[in-house]
Amino acid sequence: MIKIKNLSKTFGTKKVLEDINLEIPSGEITIIMGPSGCGKSTLLRMLIGLEKPTSGEIWIDGQEISGMTETQLNEVRKKMGMVFQYSALFDFLSVGENVAFGLRQHTSFSEDEIGKTVRRRLKMVGLDGSEHVMPAELSGGMKKRVSLARAIAGNPSVVLYDEPTAGLDPIMSSVIDKLIIGCRDRLDITSVVVTHDMDSAFKLADRMAMISDGRVIEFGTPDQIKESANSLVQQFIHGWLSPTLKK
Amino acid sequence: MVIYILEALGKEVIRVLEIAGRLANLVGETLYHILRGRINNTNIFRQMAHLGVDTLPIILLTMLFTGMVMTMQTAHEFLKYGAGSTVGGVVSIAMGRELGPVFTGVVAAGRIGAAIAAEIGSMKVTEQIDALRVMATNPIAYLVVPRVIACIIMLPLLVIFADAIGTFGGYFVATKYFAISSHIYTSSITAFAEVNDVTGGLIKAAVFGFIIAIIGCYKGLCASEGAEGVGHATTGSVVTSIVLIFVTNYFLSLMLY
Repeated sequence: MIKIKNLSKTFGTKKVLEDINLEIPSGEITIIMGPSGCGKSTLLRMLIGLEKPTSGEIWIDGQEISGMTETQLNEVRKKMGMVFQYSALFDFLSVGENVAFGLRQHTSFSEDEIGKTVRRRLKMVGLDGSEHVMPAELSGGMKKRVSLARAIAGNPSVVLYDEPTAGLDPIMSSVIDKLIIGCRDRLDITSVVVTHDMDSAFKLADRMAMISDGRVIEFGTPDQIKESANSLVQQFIHGWLSPTLKK
Repeated sequence: MVIYILEALGKEVIRVLEIAGRLANLVGETLYHILRGRINNTNIFRQMAHLGVDTLPIILLTMLFTGMVMTMQTAHEFLKYGAGSTVGGVVSIAMGRELGPVFTGVVAAGRIGAAIAAEIGSMKVTEQIDALRVMATNPIAYLVVPRVIACIIMLPLLVIFADAIGTFGGYFVATKYFAISSHIYTSSITAFAEVNDVTGGLIKAAVFGFIIAIIGCYKGLCASEGAEGVGHATTGSVVTSIVLIFVTNYFLSLMLY
């Protein structure tokens, strides 16, 4: 369970997030959506300690992380994974070395065990046999899949996804969506997905949160979001030009 | 008007102090990880090969011609005063004390410092540094420490080659163009040069290696978004390293000789 209490974030004089309160249930996929620049990615970065909140609390599996030191955060991060918008694969390491990275850094597994885990995870994302390929030789969709394999290599309980389908064709987007659902169903992973791809969001979501102007303006199941009385939510999910102009 | 000038001055002072503070933090954290023994040997060897060995050809080429031109100028003047028998000693002392370490430092700042800043800078702008942190890996321990150690080890090794090839270049010019016998050239080296001339140069090289690596890493870690940010980091790293090498060299020479 992830709990966010009265969370605010300010950069200089600009308030990016204000008084965010959310409860993200374990083993579910929660979508964070909202217009560009509304603070979705900042929220995701705060959940894994890449940014410190200006005020408020973030609880992950019963631990409050906003006041933690980097060393303490690292212990929490070992139970988490993240898929970055542009994959962020280490370009000096092969695909296999990327997936094995966390295991080599933080476990005492033998090279044999690490190799087996890497092959299993790559097979899961449909890239078996590509251990020795360098990231520069991969397409955008393949990079995303390697990034996902890397994120789940250490059996995390929470995986954060930053725009997982951005820049991908519809077929590859569906592949990524299926993998995210597979991670929830097969590995019981709690997933937080930041996206403004509405097709993908409704396919994935167990719950959805809509952020606008730094505040959560709606939170609920996909059906509740579809039936929301909030005109901004309706505008966003239907792609209307304005809350009243339905074209 | 006065307030405007004071404000601008104050902002500049704060900016410089911020840079100094961040650099001091990086140095402190790097030394902390080194002293704690959090060292990845595989990474260090990879960096030693990548940064050091690949730089050797350009160092050899540069220093060969530096030794040759140094001897050409020295021998030309010394022979006028009948001091041709001291050319070998003068060239080798100059190589060991100043030319070897400083020129190697300058070439390495352009080759190694730029490579470090560009590599870490592009990792920063493509979120690879964030990915390291997300995977509970300290970027300074993983990226900065191996580069700093590799440079501290490799620069003195490069300087040994630089001194040798520079002195050989001098030998070649002295014997071929100024008709100084090879015996006179080599015996003047043994007569004038001392071990301290070489070891002092190696100490300088280790310090320059530290400067090049830490400045390259600092500039890379502070790179702003986009290709332009990486470009600025790279040029900034080269310029800052070279300036610091010349300034540090003066004080090291005062202390060592």
